[in-house]
Amino acid sequence: MATRVDIIDHCQALYDDMNFTAAREWKDAKEGRHVIGFMPMYVPREIIHAAGMMPLGILGGGDQLEVIQGDAYYQSYICRIPRSTIELLLTDRLDFVDGMLFPSICDVIRNLSGMWKLLRPDVYSHYFDVPQNYMKEVGGEFYMHELNVLRHDLEKIGGVTVTDEDLRNSIAVYNENRRLTRELYKFRSDKPWLAPSSEVYLINRAGMLIPVEDHNQLIIDYIEAVSAEDRPKRDNSRVVISGSFCEQPPLNLIKSIEMSGCYVVDDDYMLVNRWFTKPVPTDGDPIQALSYTFLEASVKMPSCFEPDEDIKGLFLVDTVKENNAEGVIFAATSFCDPALLERPILQDVLNDADIPHISFKYAENTGQMQPIREQAGTFADSIKLWS
Amino acid sequence: MNAPQRKPSTDVQKDASMAKQKAMIDGNFDRLGNVKNSGEKVSYTFVPGNLNELIMCFDMVGNYPEINAIQNGLRKKSGGMIMEAEKWGHSEDVCTYVKADVGMMRKGNVGPTGQPIPEPDILMLSYTGCYTFLKWFELLRHDYKCETAMLHVPYTGDGEITQSMIQYVVKQLKEEVIPKYEKVSGVKFDIDLLRENLAHSAKAEDDFVWVLESAKNKPSPIDAYFGGIYYIGPIFTAFRGTDLAVDYYKTLRAEIEERIRKGQGPITPEGEMKNEKYRIVTEGPPNYTSMREFWKMFYDEGAVVVASTYTKVGGTYDFGFRHDPSRPLESLAEYCMHCYTNRNLPERTRMLESYINDYEADGLLINSIKSCNSFAAGELMMMREVEKRTGKPAAFVETDLVDPRYFSAANVKNRLESYFQMIDQKRRAGV
Repeated sequence: MATRVDIIDHCQALYDDMNFTAAREWKDAKEGRHVIGFMPMYVPREIIHAAGMMPLGILGGGDQLEVIQGDAYYQSYICRIPRSTIELLLTDRLDFVDGMLFPSICDVIRNLSGMWKLLRPDVYSHYFDVPQNYMKEVGGEFYMHELNVLRHDLEKIGGVTVTDEDLRNSIAVYNENRRLTRELYKFRSDKPWLAPSSEVYLINRAGMLIPVEDHNQLIIDYIEAVSAEDRPKRDNSRVVISGSFCEQPPLNLIKSIEMSGCYVVDDDYMLVNRWFTKPVPTDGDPIQALSYTFLEASVKMPSCFEPDEDIKGLFLVDTVKENNAEGVIFAATSFCDPALLERPILQDVLNDADIPHISFKYAENTGQMQPIREQAGTFADSIKLWS
Repeated sequence: MNAPQRKPSTDVQKDASMAKQKAMIDGNFDRLGNVKNSGEKVSYTFVPGNLNELIMCFDMVGNYPEINAIQNGLRKKSGGMIMEAEKWGHSEDVCTYVKADVGMMRKGNVGPTGQPIPEPDILMLSYTGCYTFLKWFELLRHDYKCETAMLHVPYTGDGEITQSMIQYVVKQLKEEVIPKYEKVSGVKFDIDLLRENLAHSAKAEDDFVWVLESAKNKPSPIDAYFGGIYYIGPIFTAFRGTDLAVDYYKTLRAEIEERIRKGQGPITPEGEMKNEKYRIVTEGPPNYTSMREFWKMFYDEGAVVVASTYTKVGGTYDFGFRHDPSRPLESLAEYCMHCYTNRNLPERTRMLESYINDYEADGLLINSIKSCNSFAAGELMMMREVEKRTGKPAAFVETDLVDPRYFSAANVKNRLESYFQMIDQKRRAGV
């Protein structure tokens, strides 16, 4: 049985590797394999998998990549993930990628899809739209068309036919991945002292970089390993992190929040790995199943319109209650339109529910952790003393 | 090289069409301010992808929060409103249109002309080419608790409008937008009235395009950016589809025909610009809080803007689109998708390239707006591409729409002067 340390070391190495060696090796291991990159928030990885390809999460350059060329493409008031993604592209770290998907998360990522087209016209790139209308016969129909466009585009790239059976099999694999990810989150929420957020983060981040079957086994191994361990339980406050769904916080920031006296019991890092709140049906028309599940069972997040004002923002209150959390930390990237525009509404909703909250901003390369430790530490103390 | 420093004149010179335009816009504010007496229902919506012809079918008066922000910016009122919104927890990083609007609401919702802005009966969230729209109306809905109609307009990421996209928008109009308007207004939808309104739009659009393309003349009889802002007012807002707009563009066209006949340049706030030295294409919105100062930096140097992308934000009519009464809902769908910021970057770049060539411009100037990622993200890439393809020099300045804190006159002026010198050098080198 792999030890916790072995597992985390492996995930840390994957996280640190800005050359995506694991994905390159997977591709090189067999003739005809293809890798399709995707940006945060959600893409139907099932379709990529069903085409025999590997989906690869491109989540920026973190705090290790020196961005030189990327900065020349962006003004100072635009977040960092597009500039580090350009850096990855121009330094040939993504030269093995056979296609890129840009989900409809915000205008910056949307426009990045066009930049990719201008910079690498020879490599497939696609702005992947998701419906903001949730009626089956309206948004559902449109989305089925979008899913089929992707399916056919990938068939062309791979020279393969993606059958409905292929799709159903892939849906089953990703249903299992989402189930295991939620199990891991549940485990952390129940026993946060056994599964620190920094480790859970690395496990999930590995899922962006390796085949899904390997990731499923990785989650199983980690839960098994940490269940067998005895680690000290601290008198920390239980908090939920909100607003970090796109550009990722540096690992040191995640560690700093914990070191300051907070147990993170839920977060919105990398939502793609638990986007659906229920399994996608594995019978019937798989494209319709993906479409309707998107309409009916997607997580709530700022890039998606909420048609019902009465429940707007309540997902955050619900997650606080479900996880016995005591407060919310709004941690958004600087200049992140979705997170920062949504925040006043969420703060109102939390105020109405009498849930304490704080907020700060970061960039993926934030290096100074002391202010964040002080802020999070004061928040944790205030919860303990006065809530 | 540097023009002598002159203070902007206090006597602003305006064409008859400008006065007419101002009266129209003021008239809409009067109408909004009078809804308590008139009993008219109020619909809020955005400029890009606005459905004015459709909204008119329900006898509702339109309020355009972007226009309020612009008008407040021009009147130097927006700064305080933005700070008011920031006081209420809105981030300093996000769109200042939103914050000017939220701040105005928090300060009592008195509009730019001093009249009250009524609360909305319906928010028409036309999600066209700008992600912020989605959050903006969620924020307003959060406060007003009113009906909200969402229209998701697909982005043309692959550079084309497909049948699936058109059908998606049409279905939303039928299943979401029209039923909600019927419910709120109590008026039954009449497709023949919509066709009539669309026919008016098409007429006005023909004259509008003629006006924009008049800048191909030398000297250009118009400034297609600073002057263009006046020209787009009626067609981008509450007047598209009306007789008033048809009449306005007819008047404007006649006025410009006369200027061409006389070989005149554009009218600036200080009179006719007599010596056209530089022909510039601009990308991005203008700054509104110091617009006259900004414009003066151009006309003092003899620079005229012959084409701008900002005047396409409410529709790219000059690339052929017209509202079509024979296909009313499909036509509205296509209109929304044709709006400038709903086009992908390669398409936007091609537009700029064609403007440089077709209008025989000396170069490209990008006014990058701090709080508008929809425009700004990728502009540096577009600048490189346009320079590469046309061989014409490009320059980049940074300001904001309505936040006076982000307009640094000295910096902008310095960059513009250097840019005009660069054009001179290129000319001397025969480029």
